Amino acid sequence: MQPTFSSSRILQPVRPWFIFFSLIMAALLNFLPTAQWVGMPDWVALVLCFWSVREFRRVGMGWAFMLGLLMDVADGSVLGQHCFAYVLLAYVSAALSRRFLWFPLAQQALQVMPLLLATQVVQVLMRMAVGAEFPGWDFFIGPFIATLLWIPATFILLLPQYRPEEQDPDRPI
Amino acid sequence: MAGINHAPPPFFKQGPAPLALLIFYIAISLALFVVDLRFRSLELLRQSVALIIDPVQRVAQTPGSLVDHAATYLQGLHNLQQENSQLKHAQLNTAPNLQRLAQLEAENERLRKLLSVNEREKANGQVTQILYTARDPFSRKVIVDKGQQSGIVAGQPAIDETGVVGQVTRVFPFSAEITLITDKDQAVPVQIVRSGQRSVVFGLGNGQLELRYMPANADVQVGDILVTSGLDGVYLPGFPVAKVVNIERDSAYSFARIFCVPVAGVENFGEIMVLNPRQPLPEAPPESVGRGSDSGEKNGQRPKKKRAAKGN
Repeated sequence: MQPTFSSSRILQPVRPWFIFFSLIMAALLNFLPTAQWVGMPDWVALVLCFWSVREFRRVGMGWAFMLGLLMDVADGSVLGQHCFAYVLLAYVSAALSRRFLWFPLAQQALQVMPLLLATQVVQVLMRMAVGAEFPGWDFFIGPFIATLLWIPATFILLLPQYRPEEQDPDRPI
Repeated sequence: MAGINHAPPPFFKQGPAPLALLIFYIAISLALFVVDLRFRSLELLRQSVALIIDPVQRVAQTPGSLVDHAATYLQGLHNLQQENSQLKHAQLNTAPNLQRLAQLEAENERLRKLLSVNEREKANGQVTQILYTARDPFSRKVIVDKGQQSGIVAGQPAIDETGVVGQVTRVFPFSAEITLITDKDQAVPVQIVRSGQRSVVFGLGNGQLELRYMPANADVQVGDILVTSGLDGVYLPGFPVAKVVNIERDSAYSFARIFCVPVAGVENFGEIMVLNPRQPLPEAPPESVGRGSDSGEKNGQRPKKKRAAKGN
């Protein structure tokens, strides 16, 4: 796979431990006290969305469900709230992944934005359906920040897969 | 949708179709959601997941606490000396009351015995540190650093140095979740100090509290202090809860809208004290049968009040 559709560089296959590591780091970022700040993105949703687009055969709805359960317990929200939103996110981004990867990074980010926004909207709707108050519009700033982070996230998460620039001419690829 | 939706060739094993998986997981999520919300029978699942992520959460809290420590360390000798002298001053100011407190309590106990009234319960507890605020924007909860290992059980009230903060609602092996009194689902039975009138104060979810179901002509004034009434068997009587800040009396409604702010630094970080559970209240006397509509109304009110008192 290439980093973008127009690139001539071919990436190494992804290492499963790196996917695991990046998802745990995203959870760690979500547990930081900074998660209270207005407009902090949901890091787990962002990284999960990234891997669902890139590697939907490895990171699927099972992962999304487990991470959702983790976030539900960590946040003290109702069990199943994040699970539902993340499973939906993983499904839709996997289904649209072929399309996403045909766009340059900035346009990819634009297409990812509705997905990340829907993740928040679904959670708000679920909680409001059972009687919670509307949490305020600043709850929806996070996905927009996450959209801006799509480009740096792509760069960082693909770093371990780049091959060295100067290649051995005897190698077949 | 072309990527994964068409049927795979049979020689590639891919597991169940994505749509089937999606429906499966969504069904489980919704089942979890409903069961957790309505029946609250998933505490074991929650506790086991909490046990797994506890180390990660502690690691995540380290930078914040390091910054805190550094700030106090760099605060300097002068500030600390100043604070020390202020505290000594404050201690001296409260000394006359405190020194006589032991004697007063003994006297109170003796008088209560003379009147054959039950003795007042003593308030004991353990000091806990607030680890972090739960990220859920729909509720107001904090997580403290003591849990089942320290013998904390759900239902214990929590106070800080000025008043009631909240109530323990969930207990994990090494931490506990405290729902603040400003949470939308939290209610505290209170008494107005000035008039002695009893009521229940409800959280509004925006940092304020509301005294509901008080008649429009009720004797409530701005500045009134509300203390726990102790009728619920959860909070000991006499702890300050809130202060009335705004009263809207509209003759169109039969109830006044009374807004209060919590006395304690409910939304602040720091140390709070989790009080030991109260001794169980004596059984309520059985309702007499056939006393007409009056008893019926009481019957209807009682479980409602109990549920409100229990909060979550």
